[in-house]
Amino acid sequence: MMSNIMRESHIMKIHYLTALVAVGFVIIHIMVRVMQGFSDSLLFDNVIANYKSIPYAVVLEAMLILISVHGFNGLRIILLELKQGSTYENAVTYGCLAAMIVLIAYGSRTIIMASMGMV
Amino acid sequence: MTKGGALPKGFERPSNSGSQEKYEEVKPSTKSITLRISKFNPEKDHAPSFLEFPVSYEKWTTVLDAILEVKNYHDHSIGVRYSCRQSSCGSCGMIINGKPKLACFTKISELDSNIVTVEPMNNFPIIRDLAVGFERMISTHKRIKPYIIREDSEISPGTKEFLQTPEDVEKYIQFASCIKCGLCNSACPTMATDSTFIGPQALAQAYRYIADNRDQGKDKRLKIIDERHGIWGCHFAGSCSQVCPKGVDPAMGIQLLRGYLLGYRK
Repeated sequence: MMSNIMRESHIMKIHYLTALVAVGFVIIHIMVRVMQGFSDSLLFDNVIANYKSIPYAVVLEAMLILISVHGFNGLRIILLELKQGSTYENAVTYGCLAAMIVLIAYGSRTIIMASMGMV
Repeated sequence: MTKGGALPKGFERPSNSGSQEKYEEVKPSTKSITLRISKFNPEKDHAPSFLEFPVSYEKWTTVLDAILEVKNYHDHSIGVRYSCRQSSCGSCGMIINGKPKLACFTKISELDSNIVTVEPMNNFPIIRDLAVGFERMISTHKRIKPYIIREDSEISPGTKEFLQTPEDVEKYIQFASCIKCGLCNSACPTMATDSTFIGPQALAQAYRYIADNRDQGKDKRLKIIDERHGIWGCHFAGSCSQVCPKGVDPAMGIQLLRGYLLGYRK
């Protein structure tokens, strides 16, 4: 069980920290976006150019990881409060962990491919 | 009674008090309300029903007085738990007009309603009518080890009592007022959904002993509450603190406990 590996307070420290750092990165993201016009920022070439800028791609990757970790842990907490039982709780915990890994992997693949000019 | 001292209820001091004081009894101004009592026997009934009784009251009549009047003169079968009648034992917790309260500590005149509805506490299994089972709360209370843990003892020969300064006592004394009435657990929204949540009563008591400088069981208790259905289940709704009849603030205790677990309190 995940709670045997990590104490709940350690998970909650990660939960709070990811939220705080993600807010910081989202602020950076919004500030970069408002540097050009809103309609221009959504043009295909401009979007692809974002990924080709390595510092900006790192910001996007960090946001992806932070928000995924925070979001799926939040979902786990909500689902554990709705119903109890060891089988259900383990299914929810490992299900959320697996979904988080899949989302991070898929999102990272998109960021890497776009930054390498493969799309 | 000393001159100028407090008068018993029902008496008032005459305006022209001379050397010989005379006290006139105030005539009671009896009013009446409809008392709605939830009736439910889990062994027989499928759903709770309500019985209605007209009850007369004075300004000092409590909800428990009204329930006992109904029980004594109208329906002996009403199931209700009570003992001290002075908000010390924590036995008569129930939902009164939608809010968890002690029946012995709630005056009908203060409710400001012609209909008083009494129901068993939420988040507790119903034994019968207004009486609920306390097993879960007592079990979580025991789990957090509600006693001073330390190697030595003040009753060992050659030892003295463990002295505390007023500042030391101030850190936990309000939490020591808990009478285990269960109103905080009844009001807690997490208790309603999470059947294994440890609950505000036990968490407040965990803080009470951790904050006591005579205690050495902090690590043991923090380990007990730092689990999946432990302290992190609290959403800080604060309803536990709002309903406590003894002025305990479990919500604050929970936040202070979190400080220990997050590392910003030692």
